[in-house]
Amino acid sequence: MNRFLSQERLPVLITSVVAIAMFLIAGFKYDNFLTLRVFFNLFSDNAFLGIVAVGLTFVILTGGIDLSVGSMVGCSSIMLATLIRDSQVAPPLAVGIVLAFGCLIGLTQGFLIARFELQPFLVTLAGLFLCRGIALRISQQSVQIDHPLFDQWASFSIALPQKSSLSFAALLLFLVVGIGWYLSRLRPFGRAIYAIGGNRQSAELMGVPVRKTLIGAYVISGICAALGGVVFTLYTQSGNAVSGTGLELDAIAAVVIGGTLLRGGYGSVPGSLLGVCVLGIVQTAITFDGTLSSWWTKIVIGVLLLGFLLLQRWIESAALSRRALAPSGTN
Amino acid sequence: MSESTPLLHLQGIDKRFPGVHALKGIDFELETEEIHALLGENGAGKSTLIKVLTGVHAADGGSICIEGRQIAPRNPNEAVTFGISTVYQEVNLAPNLSVAENICLGREPRNVFGIDWRAVGERTKSALNRVGLRVDPQRLVGDISIAEQQLVAIARALDVEAKVLILDEPTSSLDQDEVAQLFATLRRLREEGMGIIFVTHFLDQVYEISDRITVLRNGERIGTFQTDELPRIELVSHMIGRSAESLEHGAMASHEVSGHEPFLTVTNFGKRGSVQDLNFEIRSGEVIGLAGLLGSGRTETARLLFGIDHGTEGGYQLDNRSAHLTPRSAISRGVGLNVEDRKAEGIFPGLSIRENMVVVAQVKRRWWQRISTAEQKQVADEYVSALQLQPPNTDRNIENLSGGNQQKALLGRWLAVEPRLLLLDEPTRGIDIGAKFEIMALVERLRLEGKSFVFISSELSEVIRVSSRIVVLRDRRAVTTISRAEANEEAVVAAIAKHE
Repeated sequence: MNRFLSQERLPVLITSVVAIAMFLIAGFKYDNFLTLRVFFNLFSDNAFLGIVAVGLTFVILTGGIDLSVGSMVGCSSIMLATLIRDSQVAPPLAVGIVLAFGCLIGLTQGFLIARFELQPFLVTLAGLFLCRGIALRISQQSVQIDHPLFDQWASFSIALPQKSSLSFAALLLFLVVGIGWYLSRLRPFGRAIYAIGGNRQSAELMGVPVRKTLIGAYVISGICAALGGVVFTLYTQSGNAVSGTGLELDAIAAVVIGGTLLRGGYGSVPGSLLGVCVLGIVQTAITFDGTLSSWWTKIVIGVLLLGFLLLQRWIESAALSRRALAPSGTN
Repeated sequence: MSESTPLLHLQGIDKRFPGVHALKGIDFELETEEIHALLGENGAGKSTLIKVLTGVHAADGGSICIEGRQIAPRNPNEAVTFGISTVYQEVNLAPNLSVAENICLGREPRNVFGIDWRAVGERTKSALNRVGLRVDPQRLVGDISIAEQQLVAIARALDVEAKVLILDEPTSSLDQDEVAQLFATLRRLREEGMGIIFVTHFLDQVYEISDRITVLRNGERIGTFQTDELPRIELVSHMIGRSAESLEHGAMASHEVSGHEPFLTVTNFGKRGSVQDLNFEIRSGEVIGLAGLLGSGRTETARLLFGIDHGTEGGYQLDNRSAHLTPRSAISRGVGLNVEDRKAEGIFPGLSIRENMVVVAQVKRRWWQRISTAEQKQVADEYVSALQLQPPNTDRNIENLSGGNQQKALLGRWLAVEPRLLLLDEPTRGIDIGAKFEIMALVERLRLEGKSFVFISSELSEVIRVSSRIVVLRDRRAVTTISRAEANEEAVVAAIAKHE
């Protein structure tokens, strides 16, 4: 079989085609859409979602789910702002503390899921409540950040042609995608993630360190979610305990549209970036239109998600019937 | 054998599970350059012994020595580092990864950037060469045949410096050419000095390839024999624990069914991608045995007959009328299915024995006509005594029952609705020998009362013992039917193995 059009790559390929087509259609329909500026802003505006989605991809590849990521964004956002404004902590250290917190939550969730074989859905649902509660406990008001270094980060950008630019957040997103891709493709850890998602029992019998790998996946998800919160705080220049509400669902949608199967084993980190782009394009196009209510974004995403689910099922059953028909022993 | 230390030496291995004494002080020796067959019926303790050896289970007593050094592997990975590699019956590979990735998983060669994919490719190539398999290393394991997967699993096992290779029923899903290819590989590995433990059900293969045979029965070691000094009939009697004479004179009563019209007829019935070419009829008081290898379509046939899957071709006639059954309509028309996977699809864990037994009766009655507790008790008690279910207290959680008693409870569930035809998919799997015979005797008794069965079992002797006719499945097709008069193991095996 053609590996290029394999079960793994076909969904990503189709998502790319859909993304490009949507971009072009919106470009014909709305003036000034088909510009580098709109294109690069896609990454700047959705950097937090992208970073969260990359982390979540690891968890979903193992066949798990992390519902706590949205709350983690809110929690890390308010924590960061409070640390910088009220506790006078230097921003780099504050970011470090926030990431360590994300790591700790991920570690705890991963440990519970791997060690006691608790259901990821429920453990991370508890995490969702816990993080949101901690966030609101820290402050119910939004906290403005006014720190020279932080402002510098927020306003940093690389100028590109046609008055476009890449923000600090977008650069971070690319860095995270790069690291994510490296971990998943070039480290034994990444292969173990896929193996567990493919068949956990086999992975165990093949000597894959299943528990360690599972914990690793949730740690990555926790850190990425915390980093997503940092980026979100940069974006709004303030901390808010309720930011990121429902973000976990956007992130899941992005990961699935990006070609990752929710039951694990198939998918990729760059695919999730692509999924985020699709969501971003929908949002931008609806903003450009001006006459449509922003709720249309949700409707379009809902329809897209259903479409991709059907597509994945179709690809899967096509692959199955191909296997059933293939005579054994042929190369 | 020589006086030197054996490659692998087990002494007094003991293992208990709740309610089962699985291994009773097993001794076992494996030499270098030896293929040692480990035989025994289901439940004899072969799998448990292997799991102890590979660190899946910890032994409760006894010692394992490899080259004179005592080891106690705590997990499969550790066993591998001691030089013990295993290939399991159900191929344990990651279907979503490529052949190369599977061979190197967990021990990928690395360079400064991470996994060195070029080195992975080279290692895969040499590993595949060693087992004589030619397949594109980039293909996903889920896309290649089971036989190829089996060889990939062996290639993976050999990729490390394995001294002991354990093959747990490696041939159960291979055809003859593939078996020959596998055996050529095993002989080559033996010459290279490896010790191989070979677990199988196929006696021909044991005699073809093994040097010595160890027989287990009910968790005990019956003995270790030189293969060329052990007559086949003696081997079988060691395995099943009865004398050779009683085996040879196993003349069976005939199953004459007179005067009945068939009530179920399938002609060229089947489903694309599942099982095809089913042609048989069932009369009242008949047992149709389904024989075939793992994956030959036995369970698929049961699913089609019960209406879980729907046929796409051919005819299915119930009472001379074309029928399109669903499980619900099948039940109301007197067809039942006792499933193979008792734990996942059979019992309702957490419910009592009684509640488990009246489930089908309640379904048949519709939900608004609840079966009262008193009635439930009456029904459950009736079948508990009829089936000699232990313990007889039906208020206990069904999970607390042994496998054999769970199976009886599930049979009771069906008998309570008095089906005309009961499809039994591996009713004797994973239960002890005594319970097996009880279940077979029950089938015979009910057959005489006019009930019909489709009986599926991996144990040929069981199928032959209970069946009026045997439908042989091969490669998901029904290939032939053998009458009771002509049925013996040789004939059935020949039909299963026949190569066209």
